[in-house]
Amino acid sequence: MDIYKKSLTQLAALLNSKQISSKELTKYFLKRIAKYDSKLNSFISVNEDYANQQADNADKLISAGKNNFLTGIPIAHKDLFSTKDIFTTCGSKMLEKYLPPYDATVVKKLNDAGMISIGKTNMDEFAMGSSNESSYFGDVKNPWNLEKVPGGSSGGSASAVAARLSPVATGSDTGGSIRQPAAFCGLTGLKPTYGSVSRYGMIAYASSLDQGGPIGKSAEDCAVIFDEIKGFDKNDSTSNHQIDFKKTQLNLTKDDVNKITIGIPKEYFSQEMNEDISKIIFQAIEEFKNLGFNIKDITLPDHRYSIPAYYIIASAEASSNLSRYDGVKFGYRCQDPISLEDLYFRTRKEGFGTEVKKRIMIGTYALSSGYYDEYYMRALKIRRIIRDNFKEAFKEVDFIFSPTSPTTAFNIGEKTSNALEMYLSDVYTTPVNLAGLPAISIPVGFNNQLPVGMQIIGDYFSESNILNIANYFQKETDWHNYIPEEFNHE
Amino acid sequence: MSDWESVIGLEIHVQLMTKSKIFSSSSTAYGAVPNEQASYVDLGMPGTLPVLNEEVIKKAIEFGLAINGQISKKSIFARKNYFYPDLPKNYQISQLDLPIVEGGYIKIQNDQNIAKRINILRAHLEEDAGKSIHSKKDNCTFIDLNRAGTPLLEVVSEPDLRSANEAVEYMKKIHEIVTFLKISDGNMQEGSFRCDANVSVKKYHDKELGTRTELKNINSFKFVEKAINFEIQRQIDLIEDGGRVIQETRLYDENKNITKSMRSKEEANDYRYFPDPDLLPIEINEKFIKEIKDGMPMLPDEKRVSYQEDHALTNEQINILLNNSDLSQFVDDVIKKSKIEPKKLMNYFISSIYLKMNKENLLIQDMTITPEDFCKIINAVEDKKISKGNIKQIVDILLTTKGSTEKIIKKFAKAQDDDLENIDSLIDKVISDNPKQVDDYKKGKTKILGFFVGQVLKTAKDSDPGLIKEKIIKILDKV
Repeated sequence: MDIYKKSLTQLAALLNSKQISSKELTKYFLKRIAKYDSKLNSFISVNEDYANQQADNADKLISAGKNNFLTGIPIAHKDLFSTKDIFTTCGSKMLEKYLPPYDATVVKKLNDAGMISIGKTNMDEFAMGSSNESSYFGDVKNPWNLEKVPGGSSGGSASAVAARLSPVATGSDTGGSIRQPAAFCGLTGLKPTYGSVSRYGMIAYASSLDQGGPIGKSAEDCAVIFDEIKGFDKNDSTSNHQIDFKKTQLNLTKDDVNKITIGIPKEYFSQEMNEDISKIIFQAIEEFKNLGFNIKDITLPDHRYSIPAYYIIASAEASSNLSRYDGVKFGYRCQDPISLEDLYFRTRKEGFGTEVKKRIMIGTYALSSGYYDEYYMRALKIRRIIRDNFKEAFKEVDFIFSPTSPTTAFNIGEKTSNALEMYLSDVYTTPVNLAGLPAISIPVGFNNQLPVGMQIIGDYFSESNILNIANYFQKETDWHNYIPEEFNHE
Repeated sequence: MSDWESVIGLEIHVQLMTKSKIFSSSSTAYGAVPNEQASYVDLGMPGTLPVLNEEVIKKAIEFGLAINGQISKKSIFARKNYFYPDLPKNYQISQLDLPIVEGGYIKIQNDQNIAKRINILRAHLEEDAGKSIHSKKDNCTFIDLNRAGTPLLEVVSEPDLRSANEAVEYMKKIHEIVTFLKISDGNMQEGSFRCDANVSVKKYHDKELGTRTELKNINSFKFVEKAINFEIQRQIDLIEDGGRVIQETRLYDENKNITKSMRSKEEANDYRYFPDPDLLPIEINEKFIKEIKDGMPMLPDEKRVSYQEDHALTNEQINILLNNSDLSQFVDDVIKKSKIEPKKLMNYFISSIYLKMNKENLLIQDMTITPEDFCKIINAVEDKKISKGNIKQIVDILLTTKGSTEKIIKKFAKAQDDDLENIDSLIDKVISDNPKQVDDYKKGKTKILGFFVGQVLKTAKDSDPGLIKEKIIKILDKV
């Protein structure tokens, strides 16, 4: 039946018509994980017993007719979403044996919807990274080419969905961590507006930028998950309580399309852009034009400053957010500390990896007295300017298109020694986080057998529109339907 | 010492009286089993987020209005970063820029008994840390996080205070405001009201301030006075001996009455303050402030004047009432309903209800008695239906049993009537038994009256001595 190819809607139909039970479906994907994941390392933990138990409950609900749309469908969670009594490591030795006492709001909502939590996916340590090479639990491989990185930090989620080890997965995006791995793995990944999805229970990297969202096979699948996880949460003061989060209707018509204008920022197609990728993106833009969308050149003049601003702000917040890992209350503790200082120093020295330490140091420095104005305050000013750039642009256009990443998936180890080059791979994604806007990455082609992703940025809380145009494109094209050969079997 | 002037500023930490913590729903009640009142948020568990308790904002605004301060239309929380085991997140959520209250002042009586204005720089909100309990016996440190996340308002004065005594006066004034307005329970033993003092000295004619030291965590009026006085003298002695005061944090040792160096400026933390991204700015509009203002009782200073001028209460009586607005409201109601002179009425109140409250650690709300009940009781005393001593007894009865106040008063009045008959015959007996003393009285030795009263009271223990005295005089005059 090639179940691994099915969309969430198709799986729901199979479950509803009782052609398959949730238990069977769960076992099916657990089997795929067992069969394929040794090649990918996309999961940190697989919750077989818990998943089977959830599946039994789902089947009871289905046979009683009390199921929701998503009841019985498996999902994988990035290992920074707290899952009650299930290890949540955040990709770090620091939390290797940490059992959260509660579920993150995103997890709770999906559990309540009846989804089966089959496992926790690998990620860059504390979500700091663009290649999934900073994980304490080892590198994750890209299913399209096992020599390549899957992107990061939600590399495990992207790798797992690309190899169809899970129908869909959650991710988190602080500077591109949903969109870039989605692009590298030929998937669709939605980074919602800051405040659309509760951050409660999602282990913080940079609080003013972090946002959870789905990584799926299509815009349609992302819409289904996004609808379930969005909305105000009283436990997260930064979740938006003014927006009326309606169900996403994927019903864009030809008439609507003709009224939509897409902006192409000229700064985003500069010299640093790989020519082949540029060509593929422009082919996609051409396709949108053929579908009836209006295309317009725009400018985002100050976006070249977004990488330094992002790394200052994210690191500053991280340096404070990660202070709590001190060996006193939870997580890793060094052996036999001889004093309080020794406990702090050794716990943090041994518990954190290099990338995390690097960012804690950058952040601590940027907030230090005497440097605060020069670094942190200036970064905040740039952040405001970037937001204003977007604001101006959205006066003229409805969406902004750009590449998701300047390159396709690179080799494992290729950029680990060059931090700056690694950081620059977030050049198109970080401005969106700084502004707090929603954006999606969709697959639009291949370069050297590696997927190329295009980013669609929308105005605040316009996820429904973004999903609609992505879906409109995907109905006319099939870039999103390609599956890496090695994993395209039962 | 006379040419030295001391310059003092206080940072008072006022624990706000709210049911739950500033950023979580855990209880703030004092004295629970360690860590029983610490939620995931208080523990700083990964992924948890703070959610502001609105009650805290209301109390801070009330305080701001009470000290004539400016309520910030927009206020923000910041993280103060430092590592300490009883600070679970290793940062404290506090305020740096845009505190909730800016500016303000109160008036105190200075050493020359002249009204002096003490300016307040700011009052900002923050969460308290937990407690570290160092155990020598077990050779380890225990951590109790029940207090972590308790709301605090830190009130920072300008360096306007010029003596330890002024500092105490200022602190008492702030204490009176926060307790009267129920912003805080003001309990100093439990640490609900404590202060840090910044102290420096300079010659009177010097324009520049001297180097200051900070005295940490002083939790009684007496210790504030002692610690500051010690520190002033220490600094003067140091300078006069050719030394130099260094900027540092010092601790007051209550047992030895000295201050000791804790850490120097060089060792001080760089707190790396930055706006807390987990909390949105607090936006406060005029309407909200007005609603709070309209709901506030008269301020203690105005109330004091009213008690002095309208009711002629003594200072002692006023101080009792200004400790708590519920208490003053109760007495105000009684004053309104009773014809009895307020000063006298207040004495009845103190010797009965107030005494009971203090003895059993009760609040006026815990006393089931209403102002109406109390009026009826003291009116009965005034009408001589019952004795003064009966007030206390009736208050006690009303606390434990549900009964009509009138009935209870009637019962006591009847008992008194019966007693009075007894007393008349007792007096007759005492007079006929003691002819010598009667003679002495007749000769003008009026002091002997005490002897007769004493003899009667030997038998009639609960009777009103004043009443007995009156009766004896009447009878003796007839003899």
